[in-house]
Amino acid sequence: MSKLGLITKGFVKENPTFVLVLGMCPTLATTTSAMNGLEMGLATMFVLILSNIVISLIAPLVPDKVHIPVYIVVIATFVTVLQLLMQAFVPDVYKTLGLFIPLIVVNCIVLGRAEAFANRNSALDSALDGIGIGIGFTLSLTVIGLVREILGSGSAFGFKFLPSDGILAFVMAPGAFLVLGYLMVLFNKIAKK
Amino acid sequence: MALCLTAVCLLCSAILGVVYAVTFEPIKAAARANLEQSLSEVVPQGCTVNTDADSREMEGVEYQCYEAVDAEGNPCATAVSSTVNGFGGSLTVLVGVMRDGSVCATKVLSHSETPGLGAKCEDSSSAFVKQFEGFDPSVKKLSVRKDGGDVDAITASTITSRAYTLAIENAVKLMKKKEADDE
Repeated sequence: MSKLGLITKGFVKENPTFVLVLGMCPTLATTTSAMNGLEMGLATMFVLILSNIVISLIAPLVPDKVHIPVYIVVIATFVTVLQLLMQAFVPDVYKTLGLFIPLIVVNCIVLGRAEAFANRNSALDSALDGIGIGIGFTLSLTVIGLVREILGSGSAFGFKFLPSDGILAFVMAPGAFLVLGYLMVLFNKIAKK
Repeated sequence: MALCLTAVCLLCSAILGVVYAVTFEPIKAAARANLEQSLSEVVPQGCTVNTDADSREMEGVEYQCYEAVDAEGNPCATAVSSTVNGFGGSLTVLVGVMRDGSVCATKVLSHSETPGLGAKCEDSSSAFVKQFEGFDPSVKKLSVRKDGGDVDAITASTITSRAYTLAIENAVKLMKKKEADDE
Protein backbone atom coordinates (compact mmCIF):
# COMPACT_ATOMS: atom_id res chain seq x y z
CA MET A 1 0.00 0.00 0.00
CA SER A 2 1.30 3.45 -0.88
CA LYS A 3 2.32 5.83 1.90
CA LEU A 4 -0.50 8.20 1.01
CA GLY A 5 -2.95 5.29 0.95
CA LEU A 6 -1.94 4.46 4.54
CA ILE A 7 -3.15 7.87 5.64
CA THR A 8 -6.28 8.20 3.50
CA LYS A 9 -7.66 4.74 4.26
CA GLY A 10 -8.49 6.00 7.76
CA PHE A 11 -10.78 8.70 6.33
CA VAL A 12 -13.34 6.53 4.56
CA LYS A 13 -12.47 2.87 3.94
CA GLU A 14 -11.38 2.14 7.52
CA ASN A 15 -13.03 5.08 9.26
CA PRO A 16 -12.80 4.11 12.94
CA THR A 17 -16.19 5.47 13.91
CA PHE A 18 -18.51 4.81 10.97
CA VAL A 19 -16.93 1.67 9.45
CA LEU A 20 -14.90 -0.10 12.16
CA VAL A 21 -17.33 1.14 14.86
CA LEU A 22 -14.61 1.33 17.52
CA GLY A 23 -14.21 3.71 20.46
CA MET A 24 -17.93 4.33 20.89
CA CYS A 25 -17.70 5.48 24.52
CA PRO A 26 -15.83 8.75 23.88
CA THR A 27 -17.69 9.15 20.58
CA LEU A 28 -21.06 9.23 22.30
CA ALA A 29 -20.03 11.02 25.46
CA THR A 30 -17.77 13.86 24.38
CA THR A 31 -19.51 15.05 21.20
CA THR A 32 -21.88 17.52 22.88
CA SER A 33 -20.35 20.26 20.73
CA ALA A 34 -18.14 20.41 17.64
CA MET A 35 -15.23 21.84 19.64
CA ASN A 36 -15.37 19.07 22.24
CA GLY A 37 -15.40 16.44 19.49
CA LEU A 38 -12.44 18.05 17.78
CA GLU A 39 -10.41 18.26 21.01
CA MET A 40 -11.17 14.66 21.93
CA GLY A 41 -10.19 13.51 18.42
CA LEU A 42 -6.88 15.37 18.56
CA ALA A 43 -6.08 13.98 22.03
CA THR A 44 -6.72 10.44 20.80
CA MET A 45 -4.66 11.06 17.68
CA PHE A 46 -1.69 12.19 19.77
CA VAL A 47 -1.74 8.95 21.77
CA LEU A 48 -2.43 6.82 18.70
CA ILE A 49 0.53 8.11 16.68
CA LEU A 50 3.04 7.83 19.52
CA SER A 51 1.88 4.43 20.73
CA ASN A 52 1.87 3.09 17.15
CA ILE A 53 5.47 4.21 16.63
CA VAL A 54 6.75 2.81 19.93
CA ILE A 55 4.85 -0.46 19.62
CA SER A 56 6.08 -1.07 16.08
CA LEU A 57 9.66 -0.56 17.36
CA ILE A 58 9.43 -2.83 20.40
CA ALA A 59 7.10 -5.48 18.94
CA PRO A 60 9.90 -7.83 17.73
CA LEU A 61 11.43 -7.83 21.24
CA VAL A 62 8.26 -8.53 23.17
CA PRO A 63 7.39 -12.18 23.88
CA ASP A 64 3.95 -13.13 22.63
CA LYS A 65 2.62 -14.04 26.08
CA VAL A 66 3.02 -10.56 27.52
CA HIS A 67 2.38 -8.43 24.45
CA ILE A 68 -1.00 -7.11 25.63
CA PRO A 69 0.24 -5.94 29.08
CA VAL A 70 3.26 -4.32 27.43
CA TYR A 71 1.09 -2.50 24.88
CA ILE A 72 -1.29 -1.32 27.60
CA VAL A 73 1.60 0.01 29.69
CA VAL A 74 2.96 1.90 26.69
CA ILE A 75 -0.45 3.35 25.84
CA ALA A 76 -1.19 4.25 29.47
CA THR A 77 2.15 6.05 29.71
CA PHE A 78 1.36 8.24 26.71
CA VAL A 79 -2.14 8.94 28.02
CA THR A 80 -0.77 10.04 31.39
CA VAL A 81 1.83 12.21 29.69
CA LEU A 82 -0.96 13.80 27.64
CA GLN A 83 -3.07 14.27 30.76
CA LEU A 84 -0.27 16.03 32.65
CA LEU A 85 0.59 18.23 29.67
CA MET A 86 -3.04 19.24 29.18
CA GLN A 87 -3.48 20.01 32.87
CA ALA A 88 -0.40 22.21 32.75
CA PHE A 89 -0.88 24.06 29.49
CA VAL A 90 -4.55 23.87 28.43
CA PRO A 91 -6.46 23.55 31.75
CA ASP A 92 -9.73 24.70 30.18
CA VAL A 93 -9.73 21.91 27.60
CA TYR A 94 -8.75 19.45 30.31
CA LYS A 95 -11.72 20.58 32.40
CA THR A 96 -14.22 19.85 29.61
CA LEU A 97 -12.80 16.49 28.58
CA GLY A 98 -11.80 15.49 32.11
CA LEU A 99 -12.66 11.86 32.67
CA PHE A 100 -12.43 10.90 29.01
CA ILE A 101 -8.72 11.57 28.72
CA PRO A 102 -7.70 8.68 31.06
CA LEU A 103 -10.28 6.55 29.25
CA ILE A 104 -8.22 6.77 26.04
CA VAL A 105 -6.14 3.96 27.60
CA VAL A 106 -8.96 1.50 27.03
CA ASN A 107 -10.06 3.01 23.72
CA CYS A 108 -10.39 0.08 21.32
CA ILE A 109 -8.98 2.12 18.46
CA VAL A 110 -5.59 2.56 20.10
CA LEU A 111 -5.14 -1.06 21.18
CA GLY A 112 -6.81 -2.24 17.98
CA ARG A 113 -4.29 -0.44 15.76
CA ALA A 114 -1.43 -1.73 17.90
CA GLU A 115 -2.65 -5.32 17.50
CA ALA A 116 -3.79 -5.15 13.90
CA PHE A 117 -1.19 -2.90 12.37
CA ALA A 118 1.69 -1.52 14.41
CA ASN A 119 3.10 -4.84 15.63
CA ARG A 120 3.78 -6.11 12.10
CA ASN A 121 4.70 -2.95 10.22
CA SER A 122 7.60 -0.46 10.20
CA ALA A 123 7.65 2.57 12.50
CA LEU A 124 7.05 4.97 9.60
CA ASP A 125 4.06 3.03 8.27
CA SER A 126 2.65 2.77 11.79
CA ALA A 127 3.00 6.51 12.30
CA LEU A 128 1.17 7.15 9.00
CA ASP A 129 -1.52 4.67 10.02
CA GLY A 130 -1.87 6.52 13.34
CA ILE A 131 -2.19 9.86 11.53
CA GLY A 132 -4.78 8.47 9.10
CA ILE A 133 -6.95 6.73 11.67
CA GLY A 134 -6.49 9.71 14.02
CA ILE A 135 -7.70 12.18 11.40
CA GLY A 136 -10.60 9.89 10.53
CA PHE A 137 -11.60 9.69 14.19
CA THR A 138 -11.20 13.44 14.71
CA LEU A 139 -13.31 14.26 11.62
CA SER A 140 -16.05 11.83 12.63
CA LEU A 141 -16.22 13.22 16.17
CA THR A 142 -16.24 16.80 14.91
CA VAL A 143 -19.08 16.07 12.47
CA ILE A 144 -21.16 14.29 15.15
CA GLY A 145 -20.45 17.14 17.56
CA LEU A 146 -21.33 19.75 14.95
CA VAL A 147 -24.69 18.13 14.11
CA ARG A 148 -25.55 17.76 17.81
CA GLU A 149 -24.50 21.33 18.56
CA ILE A 150 -26.52 22.79 15.65
CA LEU A 151 -29.66 20.82 16.54
CA GLY A 152 -29.26 20.92 20.30
CA SER A 153 -27.84 24.36 21.11
CA GLY A 154 -28.41 26.33 17.90
CA SER A 155 -24.73 27.12 17.52
CA ALA A 156 -21.70 25.88 15.60
CA PHE A 157 -18.17 25.82 17.10
CA GLY A 158 -19.50 28.00 19.92
CA PHE A 159 -20.88 30.59 17.47
CA LYS A 160 -24.56 31.08 18.25
CA PHE A 161 -26.89 31.60 15.28
CA LEU A 162 -30.25 30.81 16.87
CA PRO A 163 -31.61 32.97 19.67
CA SER A 164 -33.34 29.99 21.32
CA ASP A 165 -31.90 26.77 22.70
CA GLY A 166 -32.70 24.20 20.01
CA ILE A 167 -33.78 20.62 20.65
CA LEU A 168 -32.39 19.73 24.03
CA ALA A 169 -32.48 15.95 23.45
CA PHE A 170 -29.61 16.23 20.98
CA VAL A 171 -27.23 17.53 23.63
CA MET A 172 -28.09 14.62 25.91
CA ALA A 173 -27.34 10.91 25.49
CA PRO A 174 -30.33 9.91 23.31
CA GLY A 175 -29.32 12.54 20.75
CA ALA A 176 -25.82 11.04 20.60
CA PHE A 177 -27.20 7.64 19.60
CA LEU A 178 -29.65 9.15 17.08
CA VAL A 179 -27.05 11.33 15.39
CA LEU A 180 -24.47 8.54 15.34
CA GLY A 181 -26.98 6.11 13.83
CA TYR A 182 -28.18 8.42 11.08
CA LEU A 183 -24.66 9.59 10.23
CA MET A 184 -23.52 5.96 10.02
CA VAL A 185 -26.28 5.15 7.53
CA LEU A 186 -25.50 8.25 5.51
CA PHE A 187 -21.76 7.60 5.57
CA ASN A 188 -22.03 3.99 4.47
CA LYS A 189 -24.49 4.85 1.75
CA ILE A 190 -22.17 7.47 0.30
CA ALA A 191 -19.02 5.40 0.81
CA LYS A 192 -20.46 2.41 -1.03
CA LYS A 193 -21.02 4.34 -4.25
CA MET B 1 9.13 -12.70 29.57
CA ALA B 2 9.03 -11.26 33.08
CA LEU B 3 12.24 -9.42 32.32
CA CYS B 4 10.71 -7.74 29.29
CA LEU B 5 7.61 -6.62 31.16
CA THR B 6 9.72 -5.33 34.08
CA ALA B 7 11.96 -3.40 31.71
CA VAL B 8 9.01 -1.80 29.93
CA CYS B 9 7.38 -0.83 33.23
CA LEU B 10 10.61 0.64 34.59
CA LEU B 11 11.18 2.66 31.46
CA CYS B 12 7.61 3.93 31.40
CA SER B 13 7.71 4.93 35.08
CA ALA B 14 10.94 6.81 34.43
CA ILE B 15 9.32 8.73 31.58
CA LEU B 16 6.28 9.50 33.72
CA GLY B 17 8.49 10.66 36.57
CA VAL B 18 10.26 13.14 34.30
CA VAL B 19 7.02 14.48 32.78
CA TYR B 20 5.45 14.78 36.23
CA ALA B 21 8.42 16.76 37.52
CA VAL B 22 8.42 19.04 34.47
CA THR B 23 4.67 19.75 34.58
CA PHE B 24 4.36 20.00 38.37
CA GLU B 25 4.96 23.75 38.56
CA PRO B 26 2.88 24.73 35.50
CA ILE B 27 -0.07 22.64 36.79
CA LYS B 28 0.11 24.36 40.16
CA ALA B 29 0.39 27.76 38.50
CA ALA B 30 -2.59 27.01 36.24
CA ALA B 31 -4.73 25.91 39.19
CA ARG B 32 -3.74 29.02 41.11
CA ALA B 33 -4.46 31.35 38.20
CA ASN B 34 -7.82 29.68 37.80
CA LEU B 35 -8.63 30.17 41.50
CA GLU B 36 -7.48 33.79 41.46
CA GLN B 37 -9.62 34.47 38.39
CA SER B 38 -12.69 32.89 40.02
CA LEU B 39 -12.11 34.71 43.31
CA SER B 40 -11.77 38.11 41.65
CA GLU B 41 -15.10 37.55 39.88
CA VAL B 42 -17.13 37.19 43.09
CA VAL B 43 -15.80 40.10 45.18
CA PRO B 44 -16.27 43.84 44.47
CA GLN B 45 -13.96 45.34 41.87
CA GLY B 46 -10.71 46.73 43.20
CA CYS B 47 -10.53 44.25 46.05
CA THR B 48 -7.59 41.97 46.59
CA VAL B 49 -8.29 38.40 47.63
CA ASN B 50 -6.00 36.32 49.75
CA THR B 51 -5.66 32.97 47.93
CA ASP B 52 -4.76 31.09 51.11
CA ALA B 53 -7.92 29.35 52.19
CA ASP B 54 -9.21 29.46 55.71
CA SER B 55 -11.18 26.32 56.37
CA ARG B 56 -14.35 26.57 58.49
CA GLU B 57 -16.89 24.03 59.59
CA MET B 58 -20.65 24.37 59.94
CA GLU B 59 -23.11 21.52 60.59
CA GLY B 60 -20.48 18.95 59.69
CA VAL B 61 -19.62 20.47 56.31
CA GLU B 62 -16.26 22.05 55.47
CA TYR B 63 -16.15 25.42 53.74
CA GLN B 64 -13.13 27.19 52.27
CA CYS B 65 -13.10 30.92 52.95
CA TYR B 66 -10.96 33.51 51.17
CA GLU B 67 -10.77 36.96 52.73
CA ALA B 68 -10.82 40.03 50.48
CA VAL B 69 -9.57 43.52 51.37
CA ASP B 70 -10.31 46.79 49.57
CA ALA B 71 -7.78 49.33 48.29
CA GLU B 72 -7.27 50.78 51.80
CA GLY B 73 -6.63 47.35 53.27
CA ASN B 74 -9.93 47.06 55.14
CA PRO B 75 -11.69 43.70 55.00
CA CYS B 76 -14.66 44.09 52.63
CA ALA B 77 -15.92 40.66 51.64
CA THR B 78 -15.31 36.94 51.91
CA ALA B 79 -15.43 34.42 49.07
CA VAL B 80 -16.84 31.15 50.35
CA SER B 81 -16.55 27.89 48.44
CA SER B 82 -19.79 26.12 49.29
CA THR B 83 -20.62 22.55 48.24
CA VAL B 84 -24.13 21.04 48.18
CA ASN B 85 -25.80 18.08 46.50
CA GLY B 86 -27.11 19.06 43.08
CA PHE B 87 -29.18 17.01 40.67
CA GLY B 88 -26.31 14.94 39.29
CA GLY B 89 -23.78 15.07 42.13
CA SER B 90 -21.88 17.69 44.08
CA LEU B 91 -22.33 21.29 43.10
CA THR B 92 -19.64 23.69 44.31
CA VAL B 93 -20.42 27.38 44.17
CA LEU B 94 -18.07 30.21 45.04
CA VAL B 95 -20.09 32.88 46.83
CA GLY B 96 -18.84 36.38 47.49
CA VAL B 97 -20.42 37.56 50.76
CA MET B 98 -20.16 41.24 51.71
CA ARG B 99 -19.56 42.41 55.27
CA ASP B 100 -23.24 43.37 55.63
CA GLY B 101 -24.34 39.83 54.74
CA SER B 102 -25.50 40.54 51.19
CA VAL B 103 -24.27 38.55 48.20
CA CYS B 104 -21.80 40.25 45.87
CA ALA B 105 -21.65 37.67 43.06
CA THR B 106 -21.53 33.90 42.59
CA LYS B 107 -19.74 31.47 40.32
CA VAL B 108 -19.85 27.70 39.80
CA LEU B 109 -16.54 26.01 40.53
CA SER B 110 -17.56 22.46 39.66
CA HIS B 111 -20.80 20.65 38.89
CA SER B 112 -22.22 17.54 37.29
CA GLU B 113 -25.65 18.84 36.30
CA THR B 114 -27.54 17.81 33.16
CA PRO B 115 -26.06 19.42 30.02
CA GLY B 116 -28.56 21.85 28.51
CA LEU B 117 -30.69 22.01 31.65
CA GLY B 118 -29.10 22.40 35.08
CA ALA B 119 -25.68 23.00 33.54
CA LYS B 120 -26.93 26.47 32.55
CA CYS B 121 -26.08 27.56 36.11
CA GLU B 122 -22.45 27.50 34.93
CA ASP B 123 -23.02 30.42 32.55
CA SER B 124 -22.01 33.50 34.54
CA SER B 125 -23.86 35.85 32.16
CA SER B 126 -27.22 34.06 32.45
CA ALA B 127 -30.14 35.79 34.15
CA PHE B 128 -30.20 33.07 36.78
CA VAL B 129 -26.66 33.78 38.00
CA LYS B 130 -27.00 37.55 37.52
CA GLN B 131 -30.01 37.78 39.86
CA PHE B 132 -27.72 36.97 42.82
CA GLU B 133 -25.50 40.00 42.23
CA GLY B 134 -26.21 42.28 45.16
CA PHE B 135 -28.88 39.92 46.51
CA ASP B 136 -29.65 40.93 50.08
CA PRO B 137 -31.08 38.01 52.10
CA SER B 138 -32.40 40.41 54.75
CA VAL B 139 -34.71 42.04 52.16
CA LYS B 140 -35.48 39.17 49.77
CA LYS B 141 -36.00 35.51 50.56
CA LEU B 142 -33.25 33.15 49.45
CA SER B 143 -35.28 30.28 47.99
CA VAL B 144 -36.87 29.56 44.62
CA ARG B 145 -40.32 31.03 43.81
CA LYS B 146 -41.88 27.57 43.88
CA ASP B 147 -40.92 27.37 47.57
CA GLY B 148 -42.21 30.88 48.26
CA GLY B 149 -38.90 32.70 47.86
CA ASP B 150 -37.62 35.42 45.54
CA VAL B 151 -35.27 33.43 43.31
CA ASP B 152 -36.25 32.76 39.69
CA ALA B 153 -35.31 29.16 38.96
CA ILE B 154 -33.81 27.89 35.70
CA THR B 155 -36.63 26.51 33.53
CA ALA B 156 -37.04 22.75 34.03
CA SER B 157 -34.17 22.68 36.55
CA THR B 158 -35.79 23.39 39.89
CA ILE B 159 -33.55 20.93 41.74
CA THR B 160 -30.37 22.52 40.42
CA SER B 161 -31.73 25.99 41.21
CA ARG B 162 -32.66 24.88 44.72
CA ALA B 163 -29.20 23.43 45.27
CA TYR B 164 -27.54 26.60 43.96
CA THR B 165 -29.68 28.74 46.23
CA LEU B 166 -28.94 26.47 49.18
CA ALA B 167 -25.21 26.79 48.52
CA ILE B 168 -25.56 30.58 48.70
CA GLU B 169 -27.74 30.39 51.79
CA ASN B 170 -25.17 28.20 53.55
CA ALA B 171 -22.38 30.61 52.66
CA VAL B 172 -24.36 33.56 54.04
CA LYS B 173 -25.23 31.59 57.17
CA LEU B 174 -21.58 30.64 57.66
CA MET B 175 -20.52 34.29 57.50
CA LYS B 176 -23.24 35.25 59.99
CA LYS B 177 -22.06 32.53 62.34
CA LYS B 178 -18.47 33.69 61.93
CA GLU B 179 -19.45 37.23 62.83
CA ALA B 180 -21.30 35.98 65.91
CA ASP B 181 -18.32 33.84 66.90
CA ASP B 182 -15.91 36.73 66.52
CA GLU B 183 -17.84 39.04 68.77
